Amino acid sequence: MKWISLLQLQPMTELAIQARQLDKTFGKVRAVCGLNLEVPRSQIYGFLGPNGSGKTTAIRMLCGLLTPTAGDINVLGYSIPDEAEALRLKVGYMTQKFSLFEDLTVSENLQFMADIYTLERKTKQQRIGLAIERYGLNRLLKQRAGTLSGGQKQRLALAASTLHQPELLFLDEPTSAVDPENRRSFWESLFDLVDEGTTILVSTHYMDEAERCHALAILDKGTLMAEGSPEELQQAIDAHIVIVESEHPRQVGKMLEQQDFVHSSAQVGNVLRVMVAHDQGSPEKAIRDVIAREGLNLKECTITKPGLEDVFVAATRSRKKPG
Amino acid sequence: MKSFQRIFAIVKKEIRQLRRDRLTFGMIVGIPVIQLLMFGYAINMDVRNLDAAVADLSGTSASRQIVMDISQTQIVNVIAQVSGAGELERLLRQGKISVGIFIPADFDRRLQQADRAAMQLLVDGSDTVVQSAAAQLALVAQQARTSPYNDRPPVMELRTYFNPERRSPVNTVPGLIGVILTITMILFTAIAIVRERERGNLEMLITTPLKTPELMLAKILPYVLIGLVQVSLVLLLGHFLFQVPMVGSLLNTYTVTLAFIVANLALGLVISTLVSTQFQAMQLTFFILLPSILMSGFMFPFAGMPRTAQVIAEVLPLTHFMRLIRGVMLRGASLQELSGELLILSGFSVVLMFLAVVRFSKRLD
Repeated sequence: MKWISLLQLQPMTELAIQARQLDKTFGKVRAVCGLNLEVPRSQIYGFLGPNGSGKTTAIRMLCGLLTPTAGDINVLGYSIPDEAEALRLKVGYMTQKFSLFEDLTVSENLQFMADIYTLERKTKQQRIGLAIERYGLNRLLKQRAGTLSGGQKQRLALAASTLHQPELLFLDEPTSAVDPENRRSFWESLFDLVDEGTTILVSTHYMDEAERCHALAILDKGTLMAEGSPEELQQAIDAHIVIVESEHPRQVGKMLEQQDFVHSSAQVGNVLRVMVAHDQGSPEKAIRDVIAREGLNLKECTITKPGLEDVFVAATRSRKKPG
Repeated sequence: MKSFQRIFAIVKKEIRQLRRDRLTFGMIVGIPVIQLLMFGYAINMDVRNLDAAVADLSGTSASRQIVMDISQTQIVNVIAQVSGAGELERLLRQGKISVGIFIPADFDRRLQQADRAAMQLLVDGSDTVVQSAAAQLALVAQQARTSPYNDRPPVMELRTYFNPERRSPVNTVPGLIGVILTITMILFTAIAIVRERERGNLEMLITTPLKTPELMLAKILPYVLIGLVQVSLVLLLGHFLFQVPMVGSLLNTYTVTLAFIVANLALGLVISTLVSTQFQAMQLTFFILLPSILMSGFMFPFAGMPRTAQVIAEVLPLTHFMRLIRGVMLRGASLQELSGELLILSGFSVVLMFLAVVRFSKRLD
């Protein structure tokens, strides 16, 4: 009986997070400007952006830690920041810096968090047991959290912030101190959580992480530059990507960057990855011509499919050098 | 019930962390013990060989006898015979002697008169140790008067110089409880919250359902216990090492101390909401500590301070605690008699606690 009524009470909104015209200024600095967001439930939504792009500020506003200068936020049906206290039980937040107690053991930290979320004795032991198993903390239980490796700390932090089974999980650059192997297994855990219905908002500046998200928002200087699934973003990029092979990649690259129709050029091993303005009719020909005119060596020049990094570069450059 | 679970979780965590923080843990025991020993031995030092000068204007056998008796106590060491009271005062002022023994020309006759002191002891009161020693000398002189008069009128008149209030050195130990608690209690809570802010723990804690009053209460509770442990330590050492009297009841002593502990902890919490680093918390604590020591009556008599200083001192919890603890421990005053001071101290706690809860924000901006 109780179950049925609970299910009926569940808000039927499809969106976990909705933000309109979100603004935050610190003194003279606009950390977030006019951010509009719609995060669907049971997905991993990524904030991709360089350091200082407003990712942390945006997350802090969404979970009610910072009061927005302007704008409306609705998270899981609660109006934020007014109803932030009511939201606390339904969200988990993993801060950028490890924020559990380094002088407590793994087990003590978990017990503490379970008590703070006032889990009942039976549920508490059950959930802690599950978390220990799931995040491979079994052999670390008696170890002080301060002595854990980066990857272990993240696993513990994730375990601790999900003990109360939050509907929504905020992860602020969760893997910045984690090696690729651990990062991989960390993401596997995230997908397990999503499978159980959790919505996850994660901020990152790693492309490989961004690529795993269901949807992405690319932030730069507090502004939303592009939004969509990684595939959509790659298709919608307003630039051509050309692979240029030359015996003198440094010289060619520098020369190309000075051309008006070239947005950017990045060396990857021996080849150059050149981003060309989308309105350039035949980008390969244009590149061949200019290299020939400068009398430089060219081995090969082909158009390729844009990657997420190209999307990121295209999105974040457009304001720096318009045109 | 849920509140209780959260508060208990924090209290448990605080105690665990404290147990592992060896330096802080050491301070809890170390500060009271070391301070008490330092101050205590200064108080209780077996006073011997204080330099003294004698001005014996009568020169009778009785006067020579009493000077001999005084010398035999070994408390004073007569280094000079002078011709008058003026010379004794000069030597005192110069610091050449700590005690001057003045025997007037009519000493023998005065001994027979029950209503007058027969001789004077001039004491350098700037040193409380000397003062207590002089009190012992007065007892020696008492034997010179023959019965039936030897119990009532003092043979020796004690004149204390430079310290008209004649503070008894036992004042120091009860006062020391206050000073020790001021140092440790304010600092512990001030730092307990700021440290968590610095380490990032607070950002995590404020995203949980933990409520501000719960956090504040939980931060105070472990330290209340620690404060009581410290007080017990000082009382025990004071009693066994220095025979500090306990005129009033032990329960009253703990009651007034508890009120003082809570006031200081709440003050620490307020400080923690004002500062952003542990270093600032420390500075602010010492900003309060120094006037507390100097103006509360611990060091100098309260009555002797200028009016402005007295007004300022009234805002310091230690000032009120000094009156309470001395009242209870040394004069055996009841809580009813001290209710005014106790009320003020409790008022401090309520106001400061309220301020801390209001000022502490579960937001980062």
